[in-house]
Amino acid sequence: MLLNEFLFLGALLFCTGVYGVLARKNGVLVLMSVELILNAVNINLIAFGAFRDTIAGQVFALFVIAIAAAEVGVGLAIVLLIYRNRRSIDLTDVDLMKG
Amino acid sequence: MPSLLAAAHLDVAQNVAFGFLAASMAVAAIRVVTTKNIVHAALYLVVVLAGVAGIYLLLAAEFTAVVQIIVYIGAIVVLFLFGIMLTRAPLGRTANLDNNQRPLALAVALFLLGLLVYVLVDAFHSAHVDALHRPLRVGTTALVGNAIFQTYVVPFEAVSVLLLAALVGAVVIARRD
Repeated sequence: MLLNEFLFLGALLFCTGVYGVLARKNGVLVLMSVELILNAVNINLIAFGAFRDTIAGQVFALFVIAIAAAEVGVGLAIVLLIYRNRRSIDLTDVDLMKG
Repeated sequence: MPSLLAAAHLDVAQNVAFGFLAASMAVAAIRVVTTKNIVHAALYLVVVLAGVAGIYLLLAAEFTAVVQIIVYIGAIVVLFLFGIMLTRAPLGRTANLDNNQRPLALAVALFLLGLLVYVLVDAFHSAHVDALHRPLRVGTTALVGNAIFQTYVVPFEAVSVLLLAALVGAVVIARRD
């Protein structure tokens, strides 16, 4: 199979995730879009690992999966705290640092 | 003649499976970022994550595919559903999930996609992955285990400390006091 088939799929998932992060205002949906981006990166890591015939791609993908689990746990805790303080997780309202 | 097909890098079965997986993943990923129903977004995310596991299998990374299913579909999606429930998100169709930068976001995403496709075509137009053509071996799980516990043992321990820190941090942030 062509390496580019996998890399194009990764690029499509990455750009879909970028669109979601920029266009969504619900905090949970933004975190879901971040997961799309991380999965695109993992596809690239494993495809390049298979291309170069090394196991390092898979090892790094496993590390990324572990970090993603930690990130979702802390991220959802922060979203929950925002909800508890403001009764809403609309991220356009969280603009205290806007100049 | 399967051997001739394999030697010519045609890989009919793998390419058919890849096309099916890629098409369903693309549709589901776009639905994740466009659907008006937040629970449907989480369920479309399951389709994308399962498709990614199938892609790992096509690349002969069977251990990572199983970890993907256990950790992502088994744990992270459930965490998302808990998040949706605890923040009392509107469960039916709601129109106000997007902010007012949608055209700009679409432009950025399409520009990025065009740029990436151009660079990838330029750099890897004739590169082949032949992970499934090697002499039959039991699998890559033993190699992954050896690599994690020998070459990458220090990052592995760092990740375990990080997971503990994230666990404690999430409890501290989210608890009521």
